[in-house]
Amino acid sequence: MNPVECCGRKFRCKFARAQTSVKQLQGTVSSLSFVIVFFSHLYVCMITLEMPAAVYDQASLPDLLPLYYRRLFPFSQYYRWLNYGGVTKNYFQNREFSFTLKDDIYVRYQSFSTQSELEKEMQKMNPYKIDIGAVYSHRPNQHNTVKSGCFQALEKELVFDIDMTDYDDVRSCCSAADICPKCWPLMTIAIRILDRALREDFGFRHCLWVYSGRRGIHCWVCDEAARKLSVAARSAVAEYLSLVKGGEETVRKVVLTDPIHPFIRESLAVVEHYFTQYALLGQDILGSKEATDKVLGLVPEDVKKELLIEFKTEKNPERRWGRLTTMAQNKRTTVKKGHYFEKEIMLQYCYPRLDVNVSKGVNHLLKSPFSVHPKTGRISVPIDLRELDRFNPFEVPTISLICEELDLPKMAGEEEDQEDPKENDKEAGERRKIRDYKRTSLAKYVKLFDQFLEEMARSRKGELIKKSDLQKDF
Amino acid sequence: MQFGNRRKKLIVNAQTEQLYGHCLQFYSQSPTENISLSEFETFAVERLKLLKTVENLGVSYVKTSEQYTKKLDTEFSSLNFPFRSEKSSSGPSEYEKRRKDHISHFILRLAYCQTEDLRRWFIQQEIDLFRYRFNCLNSKSKREFLHLNNLRYDTVSVMEKTNLAEKLINSSFAVSGITVEDQDFYKVPFQDALDLVRTRKVYLKEGFVYVPHMEIVTIVLNDFRTRLSKALALTARSLPAVQSDERLQPLLNHLSHAYVGQDYSIQKSIGKISLDQIETLSAKSYPLCMRQLHRALRESHHLRHGGRMQYGLFLKGVGLTLDQALQFWRSEFVKGKVDADKFDKAYAYSIRHMFGKEGKRTDYTPYSCMKVILSNPPSQGDHHGCPFRHTDPELLKQKLQSYKVSPGGMSLMLSLVVFYFSYQTKCFCSVQIEDSGFSLNHPNQYFLESQKLLGGPGAVAGGKGDVKREDIATPKPSNVARKNTLVSSLRNRHQVTGPQLAASLTCTLKTPVSTSTVLPLSNVF
Repeated sequence: MNPVECCGRKFRCKFARAQTSVKQLQGTVSSLSFVIVFFSHLYVCMITLEMPAAVYDQASLPDLLPLYYRRLFPFSQYYRWLNYGGVTKNYFQNREFSFTLKDDIYVRYQSFSTQSELEKEMQKMNPYKIDIGAVYSHRPNQHNTVKSGCFQALEKELVFDIDMTDYDDVRSCCSAADICPKCWPLMTIAIRILDRALREDFGFRHCLWVYSGRRGIHCWVCDEAARKLSVAARSAVAEYLSLVKGGEETVRKVVLTDPIHPFIRESLAVVEHYFTQYALLGQDILGSKEATDKVLGLVPEDVKKELLIEFKTEKNPERRWGRLTTMAQNKRTTVKKGHYFEKEIMLQYCYPRLDVNVSKGVNHLLKSPFSVHPKTGRISVPIDLRELDRFNPFEVPTISLICEELDLPKMAGEEEDQEDPKENDKEAGERRKIRDYKRTSLAKYVKLFDQFLEEMARSRKGELIKKSDLQKDF
Repeated sequence: MQFGNRRKKLIVNAQTEQLYGHCLQFYSQSPTENISLSEFETFAVERLKLLKTVENLGVSYVKTSEQYTKKLDTEFSSLNFPFRSEKSSSGPSEYEKRRKDHISHFILRLAYCQTEDLRRWFIQQEIDLFRYRFNCLNSKSKREFLHLNNLRYDTVSVMEKTNLAEKLINSSFAVSGITVEDQDFYKVPFQDALDLVRTRKVYLKEGFVYVPHMEIVTIVLNDFRTRLSKALALTARSLPAVQSDERLQPLLNHLSHAYVGQDYSIQKSIGKISLDQIETLSAKSYPLCMRQLHRALRESHHLRHGGRMQYGLFLKGVGLTLDQALQFWRSEFVKGKVDADKFDKAYAYSIRHMFGKEGKRTDYTPYSCMKVILSNPPSQGDHHGCPFRHTDPELLKQKLQSYKVSPGGMSLMLSLVVFYFSYQTKCFCSVQIEDSGFSLNHPNQYFLESQKLLGGPGAVAGGKGDVKREDIATPKPSNVARKNTLVSSLRNRHQVTGPQLAASLTCTLKTPVSTSTVLPLSNVF
């Protein structure tokens, strides 16, 4: 039976069944009755189901979290990820987790021996927040028994944290922890630039991009080489990727000199692709006097004077930008020293601003994928890079939404699934659980995560084959 | 306790060839001969003088500039260390120099392996020294060195070079079309070329850095740094055995203390400052960086992590107790968006951590100027860092104006800022305390000196020139002549002359040592 579209989502339900049969009778029943059936279906749906934008309230977390950790959290994928194919002994067992519990109680150095131990603990503690730390030399939960100085952080994914707050000086729509569709393109740009650099320049293959749940994105680089990087190496990578430098006191935060490194060129290409729509139109950086003055503050004095005169008559932002660009190009042909101020402006307004300190430390703790953000209720989900331009943070499911989706009346299709008599309770429970998240909006994100894990597994196999070939191990 | 793996004593000739065949070395093999105690001491002291010079010159000049090289050349030959390879590449005196180089390096390893700070300093100076010496070699010697030390990296094929030519040229100022054609390029894994990656001075593709032969020094340096780091760690573990030799113990202690300046962690004035004094103190005796932080804290009732660390540790150095600090920060934060509960949960921990009461209980020392300037640059929303280094000149001018520095004093300061901007790393608050005859390198030092000047009747110890006991924040306006003397006096402050250092060291070395004056190095290393 075909699912029926209603409220933009596909449903299989008794009413839909009725409707399809009605359709079959369309020839004989008048179209008016069809319409009546359709609208009554709609009405019933609306009073029995929540609209997709379910209301989230932080106070309901104590009720929602147990449900989430019991029936929705993708434990087997999570374990599969952090175990990394079991190639290194005790890799999962020596991993540090930290939990933030109710009333802001923070516990560090949590570690688990198996997937089921992880599940049981999380279901017992119902953490508000989960952070992942490093893989240590010993089990973190036994670190007090280790001789001082011997307990060391050995490996961890290379991570990046991009926070919308760091762009407050260049976005006019929001500030602090707020985000909106107008400033979200900054994250899109950040992902495109950094992902390309991590792949093409550094040769990293397995980058997991995750929405943090409120105002930014995280990247987890899971390649073996990345996990083994030293502090100095992480800091070098982060600095290679940094172009915007300076705090409150610095006006001109991007300085370009000859020659322009290929990395900067590539990044500029990405920024240029989004600049008109995002900056000139969306952020209107050459619209109001205030915004325009800020832009002109980044331009040499003589150019600024001229542009101020021209801007008295030219009010269109795109044409204004065109004038600015032309002047920059002219300067470059006449003056010996390269003047790249139009490129500097583009970068200052759009280039990713990452927090080097997050990336530097091997033992730095970062919010885990699939954890909940307590303030917004949104799940920290992986971002599909193939659909990057369509990603909308406001459509990311909240914990209240997916918990409610669990309560939806059982789909007719599911009744057809036969229970295997040979299956024991545990396996049936597992199967039920697997089906559980699949019924919610979380499904597509877990699938994305699965694909990521599959890629890594394939690449591990490839490496093993290469190694055994080299050793002539047939 | 062994470092190198060799216990056997070699014949002098063969040994000469192996260890001293090249004027430059990686110091991978420890010395095994016997030397006299006095030679032990002399070697150590002279190398320390050399490293001190390296440090001071590195601060005053760009490390590859002509002046730097010339000055270091002079010091090198005066201290009798192996000089450029063309001159007297054989003969007893060159051998002597190389031997001295070798042994003195290892002695200083003993003195500088114990704490993180000492190690970092030692590695930094040895690297600068190595870079200078490597750059002095002609290309034949460079190749020899690479061969001798087994640094082999894949060369880039001609075809790949042609395909990537434009990108290679655009990646580095030093690479031109001719370079691409003539020179070999090496593919080095990026982990071995971090300095080039960090500064984006090289082409990076698929995790490999494409380095022209002439830039190979950076790779070599990286290799050297890793080796030295590991070696120092090993040395530290084996140190107790060495320290049991009572002839060496006092010398090694004095060597390392001769370097480390006061770190302001021992607060003689602890508990003597009360919280209500902080406001007045901030106007009178805070260096500009701390004033900025204090103001930001008062205005927005919040500081980010970098600011909390820099200011918090400074306050610790000023003499605040843990309780006072907690009270201070809490009272400020509570006026903002943070309630007392949240403060206790989120921020109190980090303040206690600063005072060594949490975690691994390290008693963190207040940041020196070098640390403030060179590490953790401020970004959006931050107020830490050094204003003379991290602020635009225009904004700095405004700021100084708001702190009531007279226009004459300001133009002097700003001209100095511009002059030293690229090279200087010492705090400019020294300009505010005119000509008092010392060089400033720590915010707490500024505080103490300022208090001394303002407080008691005593003038600054050992100060030459006039020390005015007026409000520190308003230096007198000056004319051109005064400006020149001030500039030159500031410049001179950063040279530690040989005699000065020797004097400071020899007096500490006059401690009784045991009667035996011969030291078998194989037992030491």
